Amino acid sequence: MRPLVPVSPGARIALGASFFVLFVAFWSLITFGGFVPKTFLADPVAMLKSGYVLIAEMGFGHDIGMTVWRVVGGFVIAAALALPLGVLMGAYKPIEAFLEPFVSFSRYLPASAFIPLLILWAGIGEAQKLAVIFIGSFFQLVLMIAVAVGNARRDLVEAAYTLGATDGTLVRRVLIPGAAPEIAEILRMVLGWAWTYIIVAELIGASSGIGHMIVDSQALLATDQIIFGIIVIGVIGLISDFIFKWANRRLFPWAALGK
Amino acid sequence: MSILSVRGVSRVFTSRDAKATVALQATDLEVAENDFITILGPSGCGKSTLLRIVAGLDTQSSGSVLLDGKPVAGPGADRGMVFQSYTLFPWLTVRDNVCFGLRERGLPRDEQRAIADTFIHKVGLRGFEQHYPKQLSGGMQQRTALARALANSPRMLLMDEPFGALDHQTRELMQELLLGIWERERKTVLFVTHDIDEAVFMGTRVVVMSARPGRIKLDRAVPIAHPRHYSVKTTTDFATLKAELTEQVRAEVIASQNAAP
Repeated sequence: MRPLVPVSPGARIALGASFFVLFVAFWSLITFGGFVPKTFLADPVAMLKSGYVLIAEMGFGHDIGMTVWRVVGGFVIAAALALPLGVLMGAYKPIEAFLEPFVSFSRYLPASAFIPLLILWAGIGEAQKLAVIFIGSFFQLVLMIAVAVGNARRDLVEAAYTLGATDGTLVRRVLIPGAAPEIAEILRMVLGWAWTYIIVAELIGASSGIGHMIVDSQALLATDQIIFGIIVIGVIGLISDFIFKWANRRLFPWAALGK
Repeated sequence: MSILSVRGVSRVFTSRDAKATVALQATDLEVAENDFITILGPSGCGKSTLLRIVAGLDTQSSGSVLLDGKPVAGPGADRGMVFQSYTLFPWLTVRDNVCFGLRERGLPRDEQRAIADTFIHKVGLRGFEQHYPKQLSGGMQQRTALARALANSPRMLLMDEPFGALDHQTRELMQELLLGIWERERKTVLFVTHDIDEAVFMGTRVVVMSARPGRIKLDRAVPIAHPRHYSVKTTTDFATLKAELTEQVRAEVIASQNAAP
């Protein structure tokens, strides 16, 4: 092992997988070994069994679907509005000066703290869930996209002007494509954050969703179900991460060159 | 007949604490059609500033720049530029980089590609049309940048130490390539460098600038006929002019090092 020397792809997968194995082994040891009472922490086998029951008999598949739908729905709305606004802020400094202080301030408003207010305004329906995701991700996205666009290489901008670019085509043909890989990376990160907000929103007021199932299970002291729910969230997060990474590599082959 | 007239152009930078630094004293320069003018000077003498003002990327504090009699206001496709840094758009292939200006003009795609491929072949990059800039060596990137500037058929080509970041051997090959293209196409070129060999080998006129605050202190025609073969670097005419310019530039480098910061 030497600093910064890369590992082979095979070793990389093996190393990554082995930590999961170690983690489950430790979990099994403390649960099956009787070091922790079952009431506090279910063992892996009980967790899988109750997971099967949840999905096969209690319609947990529907809950997963609802949660995914809420996150994706709220996130798509936030991204659709944040993209143009972030690009404008990054490209045009007066717009940035006008909006940046407010957006920076809003970014620190905790989305979870809005939940009581949103329940008052929008009830406990889907609109409220989407609103939580929106508030949690929109301001972050705008700010980070604006920074990504504003960091455009000045020498590329100058080159474009000497090739006859106008202000409008500069934004479209230089600033946006140059920042695109970073913007995709921002979307991937903020989507991860959106997942934490949705569970909180579902914990507080919902009649479906993974968070709702977790609260129900708490009342029954069903730690096996809670852990199953948490793991499902982790797995979905991992899958969406993979999809994003794969799509970025396909969409921006040039960005990965020479790295 | 001048294609470019630089009249009394100066540039003063004002720092945050309102201290003024004169980067360029009032400078006059006339560039005729088909001239290949090389501008020599120590670093920080304002030669790049002068070029950037002609390109419209910087604004003069006084004086005027006229291109074909019309004042220059901002950058434009009539003055193609090749920079010292690698400025190819990394998200575009070699061909699409060369097409950038043509697309900006709204040419049909077929025409863009035909023109781009002609210039890609001229700079010897046939077969690399689909490569991304990061897959190319420094020399190949600068050849692409040259093709991109030429494909736009600008009135003038402005070059700001375009071969400065390349190794010595690659630089010499690039000089021959550019000179060959210039001899065939008879472009008008303004070429900034601090390499005296390069200035003499390429230029029809060599302009030497003084240490900061920069001004033109010498303007010499190069008495070597075109087309030039690289062997002219060993002729007496070349050596004589090089010796004179070396003296002149050396004096300026010493002056700039002795100047208070």
